[in-house]
Amino acid sequence: MAYNYAAYLREGKIPHIWCPGCGYGIIMKSMIRAIDGLGWSKDELVMTSGIGCASRLPGYIDANTLHTTHGRSLGFATGVKMANPKLNVIALGGDGDMTAIGGNHFIHACRRNINITCFVFNNHIYGMTGGQYSPTTPKAARATTAPYGNSDNQFDIAKLAIGAGASFVGRSTTYHAVPMEKLMKQAMEHKGFSVVEIIAGCPTGYGRKNKLASPSAMIEWQKANSVNKAQWDKMTAEEQAAEAATGKFPIGVLHQEERPEFIEAYDANVGLS
Amino acid sequence: MAKEVKFLQGNEAVCEGALYAGCTFYGGYPITPSTEVAEILAARLPKVGGRFVQMEDEIAAMAATLGGSIAGRKSLTATSGPGMSLKMENLGYGYLTEVPCVIVNVMRGGPSTVLPTGPGQSDVMQARWGTHGDHPAVALTHSTVQEQLEETVRAFNIAEKYRLPVILLTDEIIGHMREAVEMPEPGDLEVIDRKRPTCDPKDYLPYAPEADGVAPMADFGSGYRYHITGLNHLPDGFPSNDGKLAQADEIRQQNKIDDNYDEIVKVEEMDCEDAEIMIFAFGSTARSAKEAVKAARAEGIKVGLLRPLTIWPFPDKHLQKYKGKVNRIIVPEMNLGQTILEVQRVMEGTVPSIEGIQQIDSEPITPVTILNKIKEGK
Repeated sequence: MAYNYAAYLREGKIPHIWCPGCGYGIIMKSMIRAIDGLGWSKDELVMTSGIGCASRLPGYIDANTLHTTHGRSLGFATGVKMANPKLNVIALGGDGDMTAIGGNHFIHACRRNINITCFVFNNHIYGMTGGQYSPTTPKAARATTAPYGNSDNQFDIAKLAIGAGASFVGRSTTYHAVPMEKLMKQAMEHKGFSVVEIIAGCPTGYGRKNKLASPSAMIEWQKANSVNKAQWDKMTAEEQAAEAATGKFPIGVLHQEERPEFIEAYDANVGLS
Repeated sequence: MAKEVKFLQGNEAVCEGALYAGCTFYGGYPITPSTEVAEILAARLPKVGGRFVQMEDEIAAMAATLGGSIAGRKSLTATSGPGMSLKMENLGYGYLTEVPCVIVNVMRGGPSTVLPTGPGQSDVMQARWGTHGDHPAVALTHSTVQEQLEETVRAFNIAEKYRLPVILLTDEIIGHMREAVEMPEPGDLEVIDRKRPTCDPKDYLPYAPEADGVAPMADFGSGYRYHITGLNHLPDGFPSNDGKLAQADEIRQQNKIDDNYDEIVKVEEMDCEDAEIMIFAFGSTARSAKEAVKAARAEGIKVGLLRPLTIWPFPDKHLQKYKGKVNRIIVPEMNLGQTILEVQRVMEGTVPSIEGIQQIDSEPITPVTILNKIKEGK
């Protein structure tokens, strides 16, 4: 029997705003199954977001949902979590929202290691404003603000998160809907700041300008370029760099460590626990 | 029994007022001359079961403060100058989404860094119009350390009662001066908590105002699952593209403050009954104005002081009473002429002369300066 998503959706708010062929519906479904798998109470689930296509997702979920300002959802999420640490908090947003305008908040949330799960929907473009280049747009790719091809360098979001101190970092793609669900579940179960970067297609804003106009072409691209973490680890650093130069990237759990969680550490320090 | 008297710094008094009001969350970022508020609350909040967090910047500090309130805690942040500019984006979010909290702006000069350790009063218009768009605004300003404590409590009360961010617009002089403060005991000052819903969660409409123009606000996690967005929204909290609704809702929000002018707007009127000359002054400048009025009265000059403790909404009704009665109004302020524009607007040409004393050299406006202006005549 097909999985029933209705229990977690605000059905009156569907259809969603996403374009045909957008990968975000796949992510939303994987996320719902992951939340369901953990048995989290909807009353104790908080979902925050910033501005952009990805950030419209919380409006569709039957939970405590907070659609904030551009890039700032982690600040709001930090306030909510510190005010009531019993709440399970997911903060999500796109590549522009989390790593451009929200980049400072993103790296500091990683450093702080507060028990929040952060899903970054990476479609390599500003979708809602119509296809401008973002911090993850590949070099030479076309965007409305890069009509001669992108001159700028790319962030590797997972590496950024690891470098900034997130204690759980993973990556998946919309091709990998089932492994994505498992990865999300692991991230949510992890105590500390967890980041999952999900590579998604934006046929409208990105694909059309970059010879990937069909949704299936974008998903095929994800399949062809993602390398399982176990396979990736078998390569030498030089081989990895060579692969990365061709657009390949590792997927799976990329980093996990146990570090003191921020609020627990704070409470112990100040005599609240 | 005599009340306990403490010798407090103005910024300390903010903390005492916040704790009295029941504040248990602070999201902040260090900036002179407001930093003591953060330092003191970092030490004090855990003692009352509260939490303090120093965020990565002022933007995040404002975001965290709003987040803390959304999860049900009375929340405070304090800042100054450039920090206040950075808070404007999320302050606008707080207005549109009607999230109560208090923002302390310990005013220094501006723009940019300018004279960071000295006083200023240049953020009057920013407190009204600093974020983009139309919205109601409440800003309190006061002249003593005692008032700083009491007005902090009042700021929380207004925020909670009317569901909006309230600005405590103080300045470096009040923030850093020390005065004897009579400490209020529990029950001495009114403490208001926000209305929370009592209906069945299925029937909860987070933006359906009751007769007072304010909707009950549920804490996240309390079983009332709902949506908050910075987009124009329907009574159920979900986005709408209906422009007529956006306009009606913004007018409703403005009205919830305007309709309660008598409760929100507080002024002190000193020697105004027979005054021919009026001084309109607020904050630390009003202290000098008071001295100048006393000295002028001693010389037989009929001068009075109108001192707003609420600068936004502007005390129109209080000021209008003096139309046709005073023939001069002097507006001393540590800026290049902000409050004077409002005085001119309210008096509608009925006062022959409205004169400013405007100073942005990081020095207080002295009683002598104001007295000389009074005597200078016209």
